[in-house]
Amino acid sequence: MNVMDARATSAMLYLDGVHVSFDGFHAINNLSLTLEPGEMRAIIGPNGAGKTTMMDIITGKTKPDEGAVLFDGVTDLTRLDETRIAELGIGRKFQKPTVFESQTVQDNLLLALNVDHSVRGTLFWRGSKAESERIDKVLETIRLTDARNRLAGSLSHGQKQWLEIGMLLAQDPKLLLVDEPVAGMTDVETHLTAELLKEINKTHTVMVVEHDMTFVRELGVKVTCLHEGSVLAEGTIDQVSSNERVIEVYLGR
Amino acid sequence: MTPHMLTRSLDRGATIFLTIVAACGILIPLSNLLLPAGSFLQVPTYLVALWGKYVCYAILALSIDLIWGYCGILSLGHGAFFALGGYAMGMYLMRQIGTRGVYGNPILPDFMVFLNWQKLPWYWYGFDMFWFAALMVLVVPGLLAFCFGWLAFRSRVTGVYLSIITQAMTYALLLAFFRNDFGFGGNNGLTDFKDILGFNVQAEDTRAALFALSCLALIVGFLVCRAIVSSKLGKVLIAVRDAESRTRFLGYRVESYKLFVFTVSACMAGVAGALYVPQVGIINPSEFAPGNSIEAVIWVAVGGRGTLVGAALGAIVVNYAKTFFTSGALAPYWLFMLGALFILVTLLLPKGIIGTFNSWWESAREKRPAETTVSAAAEDGITEPKMAEEAQ
Repeated sequence: MNVMDARATSAMLYLDGVHVSFDGFHAINNLSLTLEPGEMRAIIGPNGAGKTTMMDIITGKTKPDEGAVLFDGVTDLTRLDETRIAELGIGRKFQKPTVFESQTVQDNLLLALNVDHSVRGTLFWRGSKAESERIDKVLETIRLTDARNRLAGSLSHGQKQWLEIGMLLAQDPKLLLVDEPVAGMTDVETHLTAELLKEINKTHTVMVVEHDMTFVRELGVKVTCLHEGSVLAEGTIDQVSSNERVIEVYLGR
Repeated sequence: MTPHMLTRSLDRGATIFLTIVAACGILIPLSNLLLPAGSFLQVPTYLVALWGKYVCYAILALSIDLIWGYCGILSLGHGAFFALGGYAMGMYLMRQIGTRGVYGNPILPDFMVFLNWQKLPWYWYGFDMFWFAALMVLVVPGLLAFCFGWLAFRSRVTGVYLSIITQAMTYALLLAFFRNDFGFGGNNGLTDFKDILGFNVQAEDTRAALFALSCLALIVGFLVCRAIVSSKLGKVLIAVRDAESRTRFLGYRVESYKLFVFTVSACMAGVAGALYVPQVGIINPSEFAPGNSIEAVIWVAVGGRGTLVGAALGAIVVNYAKTFFTSGALAPYWLFMLGALFILVTLLLPKGIIGTFNSWWESAREKRPAETTVSAAAEDGITEPKMAEEAQ
C-alpha cells in the first residue's frame, strides 16, 4: 500500500456534510466543498453565512459536530489542533490583520518561516543565509523592504494586510486561507493585492473570502456563494452574480 | 549557554546593569569586612543583610518579569516558588543544627521533638547534605510549576483565570504549611539556624559572602533571562503575549513555550528564596501569603514590565521605600502608600520607570540626525540580530 492508494480523494481540501451549531444556532449546515490542488477559489456570502466559521473548522479552531474534513486526501483535520494543522501546511490570514505589532516587520516574517518550531530549536536558533534570503524575497514580494526594521504596529492598514500575506508566504503552506485581504484598502492597493494573490496561486492552492465584488471579478476564478452555512451557488462570477437566489440573499428579500 | 547567545544578550542597558550589580557585589562586602567599623565608607552589617534581602527580591522580580513582561503570564502566586526554595534551604539549615538545638536531638529538629515525633519523616531525608538541598531548591519549585503549568496551559487557562488559580495555589500551600502535622514547623516555620556549610550564619563574613553570592545569582539569573528573551524563543514569547492564537496558527505549540518559561521562572524564584532564608534567619508560612506575590508583581510594574532591568530596579526601589516608611511614624499607612503607588504608576507611568526612560531616550535620539540614529540603534541591539550578519 502506498500513500496514493490510501487517498480518499484527489482534492487538496474536501469538506463533506459538515455541521456546526453554537447553542442551537446552525452556523454551518451540511456544508460540502472541494478544492483541487493548485486551484484558487473565492468564497462570497452575506454576513453570517458561515465563511469565517468554515475557516475556523479547517484550521482546527472550531470542531465540527459532524461531517468530514480531509486535507490532501489523507488527513482528517477534525482530529487535530491548530498547531498540528499549521505544521501540515495550512496557513491563514485573518479578517482583521493580526501581525505582531511590537516586533519588526522582519521579525514577523522570521517567526512565520516554516522552520523548526520546537522550544529547543528556537532557543538555540542561529540565523542562516537561506533564511535571510527567503525573508528578503518575501519582503520584496510584499513591497516592504524599506520598512523591514519598522515595528509592525506602525504600518498602515494596507501594509499590515500585506505583511500578513507575506507571513503566509514565509510559512509556505500547501493551502492558503485568506480572509478579506482587501478590507480597508484603496483601489490601487486592491488591484496590487489581486495581482499578488494570482502570483501566489501559481505555486499554492488558495481560498479567498471577500466581499469586494470588483476584487473577486479581478481574480477571475471559480466562486462559491455561502448562505446560512451551506453552498448556495457555485460557478464563475457572472453565473453566481446573476443567480436569482444569490441576488435574493444579498438584497435580503 | 553558547557564546553567541551571550554576546547577543548584552546590549548597553544590560551591560550597565551587570557592571553595577557586580561592583556592589564586590565593594559592599569588602567595605563591610575591611574598613574599620564606624568609618564613613564602612557598610554596617545590618545594611549588608538588608540589601542582601533586596537583591533576593530583585531575583524574584526578574523571574516574574520573564513570564509576565515577555509572555503575558500574570502569576499572582510566584511567592509560592520563592517560599518553596526557601523551605528547601531552611530544611538544610535545620539539619545542620544537630545537637545544638534546645532538645539536643541529633536527628530531629526541635519542633518535631516538641510534637513527640519519633523519627524523621521521609521527605526530610537527604536534606543534611548541601548538594541535595541545593538541588531541591531548583527541583521542588520547578516540578510544581511544571505540573501546574502542564495542566493549566494545556487546558488553555489564560489571563485573569490563570492569575486567580495561581493565587489559589499559593493560598493552598499557605494553609498546608500552617499545619503542624505537615512536618515543616507549622506556624513558626523553620528558624534558629546555626551554620551553613560550616560557617556561622550570624557571622559578619558569612553575611558578606551571602550578599556577594546573591549578587552573583542576580547576575546569572539576569543573563539567563536575557539569553532567553534575545533568542528567537524570546520573539515567540512576545508573539504569544501579543497574539496568542495567531502564534498557534503559525504552527507554534504555545503551551510548550509557556511551560518552559514558567518552569525556568519558578526555578529562579526558588533560588531567590534559598538565598533569602539564611540572610533573614527564618522561613515561615507567611511567605506563602497571597499579598507577597501581589507585592512582587507591583515591583515589576513600578520598575517597568518587559525590561528585566526595570524589574530588578523596581524590587529594590519599592523595598527601600518600604523599609524607610515602615520604620517611622508613617508605618501604619504603608499599605495605603503601596496601593497608591500601584495606581499612580498605572496612571502616570504605565511603562514603569525603565520603560518610560527608554521611550524618552528613543524620542530624544530621533531628534538627532538620521545617520547617527541608525548606527546607535544598531549598537544598542534595538533592531535585534541582523540576519545577514549572523549568517556570515
